[in-house]
Amino acid sequence: MTATSLTSTQGAGRAGDKVFSGAALAAGCLILAVLFGVALFLVVQAIPALTAPAAEIQGGAGFFAYIWPIVIGTLIAAVIALVIATPIAIGVALFISHFAPRGLAAALGYVVDLLAAIPSVVYGAWGATFLAREISPAYNWLADNMGWLPIFQGPASATGKTILTAGIVLSVMVLPIITSLSREIFLQTPKLHEEAALALGATRWEMIKMSVLPFARPGIISAVMLGLGRALGETMAVALVLSSGALTASLIQSGNQTIAAEIALNFPEASGLKVSTLIAAGLVLFVITLAVNMIARWIITRHKEFSGAN
Amino acid sequence: MTSTLTPVRSKRSALTKGQLPKYAPYIVLAAALIVGAAILALIGFNAFGWGIVSALLFAVGLVSWSAAVEGSRKAKDRLATCLVVGSFLVALLPLVSVIWTVLVNGIPGLLNPGFLSSSMNGVTGVYDNRAVEEGAPVLGGIYHALLGTVQITLLATVISVPVGLLTAIYLVEYGNDGRLARAITFFVDVMTGIPSIVAGLFAAAFFFAVVGPGTKTGAVAAVALSVLMIPVVVRSSEEMLKIVPNELREASYALGVRKWRTILKVVIPTAISGIASGVTLAIARVIGETAPILVTAGFATSINSNVFGGWMASLPTFIYTQILNPTSPANPDPSSERAWGAALVLIILVMILNLAARLIARIFAPKTGR
Repeated sequence: MTATSLTSTQGAGRAGDKVFSGAALAAGCLILAVLFGVALFLVVQAIPALTAPAAEIQGGAGFFAYIWPIVIGTLIAAVIALVIATPIAIGVALFISHFAPRGLAAALGYVVDLLAAIPSVVYGAWGATFLAREISPAYNWLADNMGWLPIFQGPASATGKTILTAGIVLSVMVLPIITSLSREIFLQTPKLHEEAALALGATRWEMIKMSVLPFARPGIISAVMLGLGRALGETMAVALVLSSGALTASLIQSGNQTIAAEIALNFPEASGLKVSTLIAAGLVLFVITLAVNMIARWIITRHKEFSGAN
Repeated sequence: MTSTLTPVRSKRSALTKGQLPKYAPYIVLAAALIVGAAILALIGFNAFGWGIVSALLFAVGLVSWSAAVEGSRKAKDRLATCLVVGSFLVALLPLVSVIWTVLVNGIPGLLNPGFLSSSMNGVTGVYDNRAVEEGAPVLGGIYHALLGTVQITLLATVISVPVGLLTAIYLVEYGNDGRLARAITFFVDVMTGIPSIVAGLFAAAFFFAVVGPGTKTGAVAAVALSVLMIPVVVRSSEEMLKIVPNELREASYALGVRKWRTILKVVIPTAISGIASGVTLAIARVIGETAPILVTAGFATSINSNVFGGWMASLPTFIYTQILNPTSPANPDPSSERAWGAALVLIILVMILNLAARLIARIFAPKTGR
């Protein structure tokens, strides 16, 4: 080997290093740029709707009169989903981490992950054609017997296509998210804590209550927040299941609407100012979910050293 | 051995006193099933109600028996066990129900002649009415949607994999946990939570601003899907690159190999199985996305093999439009048959991708010394 060939390969190698690290850096920056681009382009396209005269916006009362009922509807659907999904998800996660036989646990975990693999539009179709039909007798019963509660005010929807049905479908979709995150955290509980509790004579439930749940609390909270983020932004389940309408307190009548479903139902045929209005609605949804996700991630990072969860 | 040490078999030992026998749950289960059947027989029998009533009876029976014999602490433990197992069974209900519904409704749709090889071009409500009224075969198929799904997903993969993999390499190899690396990690996590419809709106808004209002093509949809796919690829590749042992890198550096060649020739080949399975899972995640395609590619009834021009159909939007706007409003049955057939195809695709990810991870895993 001559000295020239040594220096020339070295030169090529140095250039390769520069190109490669530059490309890696550029890719990282591109991701940040995309996220800011999402916000930027949504804002730019939404400005016409925010500045347009009130009478030209759908409903004729301005953008905020248009957006707030569907924001409330979005929150109602997401809260229903979480109220149903959270206890079940924690139960399932506990079952897989602490109750199921060791050999079965991995297989059962895979079964729950299957829930996450089914596309959202299939859940929507299932909710619209099967669940809505099967559940409407229950709504009639609720309207007859619990009708004094505003949320169960009758007459119940005959088709069952209500916000409660949409919430139930959403709960099925967020269940695997909350389950898999909580399961990871339950499994990270220090074995010594658990064994100490059992050695003191605690039953299995007392051991879980004393060592597993306190350890996992921040992780469960952030898992629920991530589930909330998913439930807020989920489109198809609501668009297919709910027969939408004005904001109503009753969960078992048709009515209410969520932001995501409103966009999906109207965007394909929209033009002009309507497009801006829908993009502005998307911006509102983006801001809400961004806030929820950032809080959840912040909780996770704050407890990272402590719980090891991420 | 002295006879005094052998336990007395006829009486229960002091250690097991105040405990239910091992077979107690089975007795209670049998009793609950019988009583449940009896109650249901009075108010009209159905299997679902029988399951619910029996489960409630089982929980109440076992817990109260345990409370009487074993005391409140053990009873609480049994109650917790019942609730935890019960919640698992409840979580299985929708899974079983969805899969059953898709199979029962989807198989007839799938068996229609030409379902996989024809598009919906020219299939109007007239044919559907004829299919219902005269028993003619249900026409139309999902070829155009299948083609669109494959093309859009492929393009999204081509965009996301280099960007995602390079970002992961930056985070693991070059980032040094600096401020930029931490910012990228945080925002990638935040990006995983972007609602899919917002990703679609972003792509639409971007192309409306750059190309012109009303631009809806397969490529726009692919950009929208990449926004959803990149964070998944970054996260999984990052995890895989992190577990490559540092000794391998150091050995390579010690031989005088440049950092970029070390990464290309040592780090990535070691982690390739995990990266490939992560990418496959990311594809499985975005292939079923409906909302972003709905707002970016519109829907078409005919075959469009050009991703860069014209509206494009995809399996999820096909399912959505067939259910929401049946081809023949008077007779929605053929449309829903097609929709369920398409749903079955979509689920099979996703399952194949999931299985493939597992197989890739297992087959191409680096050989360990064990």
